[in-house]
Amino acid sequence: MDYKRKERIFEWASIIALVFVLIFLFSIALKLFIDGLHRIFDLSFYTSYPSRFPEKAGILSALVGTLYVMAGAIFWSIILGVPAGIYLEEFGGKGKVARIIEANITNLSAVPSIIYGLLALGIFVYRFKFGESILTAGLTLGLLMLPVIVVATRESLRRIPRAIREGAYALGATNYELVFHHLLPYSIGGILTGVIIAVSRAIGETAPLLTIGALTFIAFLPPPPWEDLIGMLKSPFTVLPIQIFNWVSRPQEAFHKNAAAGGFVLLVVCLLLNSLSYYIRYKVRKKYQW
Amino acid sequence: MKIEHKKRIDFLFKAFLLTTGLISILVTVGIVWVLVEDAIRFFAHPESGGFPKSVIRFLTEVHWTPTFETKKIGIWPLLAGTFLIAFIAMAISIPLGLLIAVYLSEFAPHSVRESVKPWLDFLEAVPTVVYGYFALLAVTPILQKIFGYFGVTVEGMNALSPGIVLGIMILPFTASMVEDALRGVPQYLREASYSLGASKLRTAFSVVVPSARSGIIAAYLLGTSRAVGETMVVAIAAGMYPNLTLNPLEPVQTITGYIVQVALGDLPYLSFEYLSIFAAGFALFLITLFFNVLAVYFKSKVERY
Repeated sequence: MDYKRKERIFEWASIIALVFVLIFLFSIALKLFIDGLHRIFDLSFYTSYPSRFPEKAGILSALVGTLYVMAGAIFWSIILGVPAGIYLEEFGGKGKVARIIEANITNLSAVPSIIYGLLALGIFVYRFKFGESILTAGLTLGLLMLPVIVVATRESLRRIPRAIREGAYALGATNYELVFHHLLPYSIGGILTGVIIAVSRAIGETAPLLTIGALTFIAFLPPPPWEDLIGMLKSPFTVLPIQIFNWVSRPQEAFHKNAAAGGFVLLVVCLLLNSLSYYIRYKVRKKYQW
Repeated sequence: MKIEHKKRIDFLFKAFLLTTGLISILVTVGIVWVLVEDAIRFFAHPESGGFPKSVIRFLTEVHWTPTFETKKIGIWPLLAGTFLIAFIAMAISIPLGLLIAVYLSEFAPHSVRESVKPWLDFLEAVPTVVYGYFALLAVTPILQKIFGYFGVTVEGMNALSPGIVLGIMILPFTASMVEDALRGVPQYLREASYSLGASKLRTAFSVVVPSARSGIIAAYLLGTSRAVGETMVVAIAAGMYPNLTLNPLEPVQTITGYIVQVALGDLPYLSFEYLSIFAAGFALFLITLFFNVLAVYFKSKVERY
């Protein structure tokens, strides 16, 4: 067989593989949409609590729980991840400490998420006595997001040319002035992209929250943080993926419809977050061209 | 501001940065600490027969029933389920991943690559619980129909369907890592190959892929580690019955599936059931660590041109 023919066969095989994978993605979205159709456009689905009756069950407490838990996760991952990234990229150099931290973060990014759930169950829930609360869930997902934030921070710092740093030092800037006046403002877009990507992964994360004992039957809302922050942090919770898991593992088909509708909502949120990160990355690339 | 003040603030600032880096080490220490401490408690628990008998039972018994009246603690059924599903996933992910990565890196026009990449990224962001739903309520019925045509019954819970879904789920991850490895191969190797008269396809598979083999192997090892540690797809679609079998049409339970099943119940702190998920989790951690370390080793062998 001549090589041109072989090449054409290879190209067609590759394109079929790609199309197959993309069709898989679209059929997931389509399946969720068709199965959940009459709940997705049912307003009461978004304003009611879980219920024994599939037609009356909704995702209100799951949506609010997801919001609070993700707020906590974003807070912890930024406050721990961004400084760690700055340290590794700017001040760690090739020292031993920096190398150990770096290897450690690489390894953490490959630890299965359910192991983070066991960490949270063993340490946060029982040894630190935080309970099965929004605080524990936020911390857990925050730690899960940490490696992504560190890597994103480092990559966007690396794109800033050396001359900026030397210029700042030459004018007598201290390290913190360099970071706050120059490095952070120039890299904020890249860091934000990383945060959004991490959020879009963490928002669908189910396993670590299952192990710390997220409940599925929450018929009340946690107190809003501006009224009672501690009460909110200590409140039991449910999140959207847990609610979906609960519905899909029930035998009644009517609950599967709810799971599909919930899954579709989650999928749309993830798609929006992903597009947002693409948009920001595009904007940043245009703004800073060194 | 006085220069002394600035120096002090600068010192505190750097100390703060270092502290946050060290906290990430504390996370690893915390993981190892809980897993080891509670796994030791599990093996020392009277229900498991006490150390060292418990370890022998762990490695020789063929049933895993720590939650039943008669407690058997052989890890093999869970390992069989875990590796069976990971094997099916990799059997799909390795050839498809290589095909897509070689095509995108060596053949595809720039416009195709730019328009396909975001969708592959998005495939990675689809929540795992959604994949689980799809495996249970779409892939399994299709498999039942196909196999039913040949007179083979497929159970509602089986290893094949989550295995297939898992394979496609980790595909974007492995494909993009393989693609990165292929791009690390310098252009002059390709040009040398062309100048000797090799075709594009021949160059791709006889020059580029072999030159990038360490990176490709590392990508597949990390993919395997993901397949082993993935939880929700298998918890939803593979079943909840620890079954020592290599038949992909039967229900199986993985290590992660067991942890989910037990965690769904009400766990008294330090009860035997509670400790058993930490023993299983410790086994899972060791398996994934093995694959990750191996991947790091292969990555360190990647040639720098």
